[in-house]
Amino acid sequence: MTPREIADLLAAAFGQSVLESKTEGVPNPWAAVAPDRVRDAAFFLRDDGRLQFDSLMCLTGMDHGGGTLGVVYHLDSTTLGHKFVLKVKVPAADPRVPSVEAVWKVANWLEREAYDMVGVVFDGHPDLRRILLPDDWEGFPLRKDYRVPEFYNGMKVPY
Amino acid sequence: MGLLDQRFENGNVFITTADNLLNWARLSSMWPMQFGLACCAIEMMATGASHYDLDRFGIFFRGTPRQADVMIVAGTVTLKMASRIKTLYDQMAEPRYVLSMGSCSNCGGPYWEHGYHVLKGVDRIVPVDVYVPGCPPRPEALMEGLMKLQEKIRNESLVQRPSPLATAKTA
Amino acid sequence: METATATLDPAARPIVVPGFARPLKAHEMVINMGPQHPSTHGVLRLELIVDGEIIVDIVPHIGYLHRCFEKHAEHMTNYQQVVPYCDRMDYVAAMSNDLGYAVAVEKMLKITVPERVEYIRVIMAELQRIANHMIAIGTYGLDIGAFTPFLYLFRDRELILDIFEETCGARLLYNYIWIGGLSHDVPASFQTKVKNFVRVFRPTITEINNLLSYNAIFVKRTADVGVLPAETAVNYGASGPVLRGSGVKWDLRKNDPYSVYDRFQFEIPVGEGKRGTVGDCWDRYMVRVHEMEQSLNIIEQAIDAIPPGDVQSAIPKRIRPEAGDVYVRTETPKGDMGFYVVSDGTASPYRVKVRPPCFVNLSFIAALCRGAMIADVIAVLGSIDIVLGEVDR
Repeated sequence: MTPREIADLLAAAFGQSVLESKTEGVPNPWAAVAPDRVRDAAFFLRDDGRLQFDSLMCLTGMDHGGGTLGVVYHLDSTTLGHKFVLKVKVPAADPRVPSVEAVWKVANWLEREAYDMVGVVFDGHPDLRRILLPDDWEGFPLRKDYRVPEFYNGMKVPY
Repeated sequence: MGLLDQRFENGNVFITTADNLLNWARLSSMWPMQFGLACCAIEMMATGASHYDLDRFGIFFRGTPRQADVMIVAGTVTLKMASRIKTLYDQMAEPRYVLSMGSCSNCGGPYWEHGYHVLKGVDRIVPVDVYVPGCPPRPEALMEGLMKLQEKIRNESLVQRPSPLATAKTA
Repeated sequence: METATATLDPAARPIVVPGFARPLKAHEMVINMGPQHPSTHGVLRLELIVDGEIIVDIVPHIGYLHRCFEKHAEHMTNYQQVVPYCDRMDYVAAMSNDLGYAVAVEKMLKITVPERVEYIRVIMAELQRIANHMIAIGTYGLDIGAFTPFLYLFRDRELILDIFEETCGARLLYNYIWIGGLSHDVPASFQTKVKNFVRVFRPTITEINNLLSYNAIFVKRTADVGVLPAETAVNYGASGPVLRGSGVKWDLRKNDPYSVYDRFQFEIPVGEGKRGTVGDCWDRYMVRVHEMEQSLNIIEQAIDAIPPGDVQSAIPKRIRPEAGDVYVRTETPKGDMGFYVVSDGTASPYRVKVRPPCFVNLSFIAALCRGAMIADVIAVLGSIDIVLGEVDR
């Protein structure tokens, strides 16, 4: 299916929740979805016979600046050969996105990493803990306003 | 370093022979703890493998710190790993030495500027005897570092060296 | 007199291990493997929850080598400066990381590199694939208990490292594949040395097969252990030899081609369950052995066909892509590595996210090891072939 057709199918199924889409002139066509419908959209994209997005290639946590965080999902269909991107934006004050771990098991660790680095909280994730940084680390390093701590457990952090 | 290090007041011919014997025994059989952290570990493995054999120096890797003499810190030390390195160093029995291999364990390496999770040099947590620069150091460079450590051990002594403070007072 | 039974009741003081769904039963215990361990291929900590010798669950802990790659990428003053940090992620296969990043940024800048550059990149990537599998197979034998294949493979790996060193000056971390081209052109002796290596290495693969692959002890330790069923493999995100070992014929060099891979004839080896079940450790291991042979075929086809040209003619003077994002994935020796590069129109990247194959392949190790014995964990870990630099970035 062409990216335009995929975006139209998604818009037909979810109506107002599909906020925006861009399928021409970009190397990776995408559609932006409202945060509360992300899991439903994920199930739809995986299970619908015309789409069959059985593989979540990558899940990225982003800090868009200006008090907005985001998550970007790169999807691929190994059976039908098309790709698509789903984007979600949430306010930094309440960065909660439904977890898609039930849809693609690979999202388990990818979401933990997005939480660890940017601070997006995934509702419904079975085990949302820090994965790369120590459990007692404070702050989310990949946010644009992150300040490196002076000391961690008695060790000087900056050079 | 060691049980008898710098215990005796004066030297004599028995002490120097014992010195030479002990030092020769220690430097000819330095057993490193198998402890690779990152990229330098691959070069350490290559140094220990067939082409740049380390076994001819009497060096072969031990899995446990309890049986090791030297800890080659090969790779980046992160803040999460630092407490484990300290624990491993404490578990080694004396005489024990530390060889810092590669830029990351010398001073933080390429991650010195923006690495919020990188410890800028392993000498911030354990005392280091020899630093081997490089990213990663060639196997020959690591062998030179080990030979420098051998030189350091060769110069150890059972005799107490006079403290610089003592000579300053009497003068 | 107080009875002691109340304090012995496990329900009164539940032992909770974060990451394990329920409190421990009275007969279960936690054994810690790592982060310093001879067989964990780096600084990985595995908490094994065992019932005697049988694994009930594994809780992996990573992050002991988290070197802030993504933060560095955001702070570098230009895109080209990120390449040395890419090398250090999967340090065993450094050329492949550089290639992935360069291809992603080139797609964003919409530049095409000269043919000579493409052919040399393919040869370097395939030599790197062989070097990586040498370490994977050598250390896997070492973990299982066979020392000799490790030494033989490292001896031959030095031939590859000689070729790399003569080309770009470094043995392990090259900074060779730049955005738009290469850092150095290949030396005059390149063709002879590569052909010599191909000639010398084919008999070594036979030697490894005689020593290790069909060895009864090795087969007993690895066949029927850690089976990954094909139906769940894609959902778990498996890629590379782990996915192909389960019988799924998926290789990005054929399914989603990049560079000039579509010009070469090569097979995609998959696991067939010849010595056990499809998708066990032995299958994943044999996929790597066969991949080395296929890489030799690609190198033989490419080495005689390198067109003349200038490897630095397409390197842009200033890299300033327009605002946007791109996701490109390449087939590294470990699996499917993706680079998601976001640009905001300035000279330095806004966000670079790496989708590491080892991170994803490691995430389902518990599913592979439940019900197996402690020694089988070593066999499964070796067959997944992880490099912590890439897992933790």
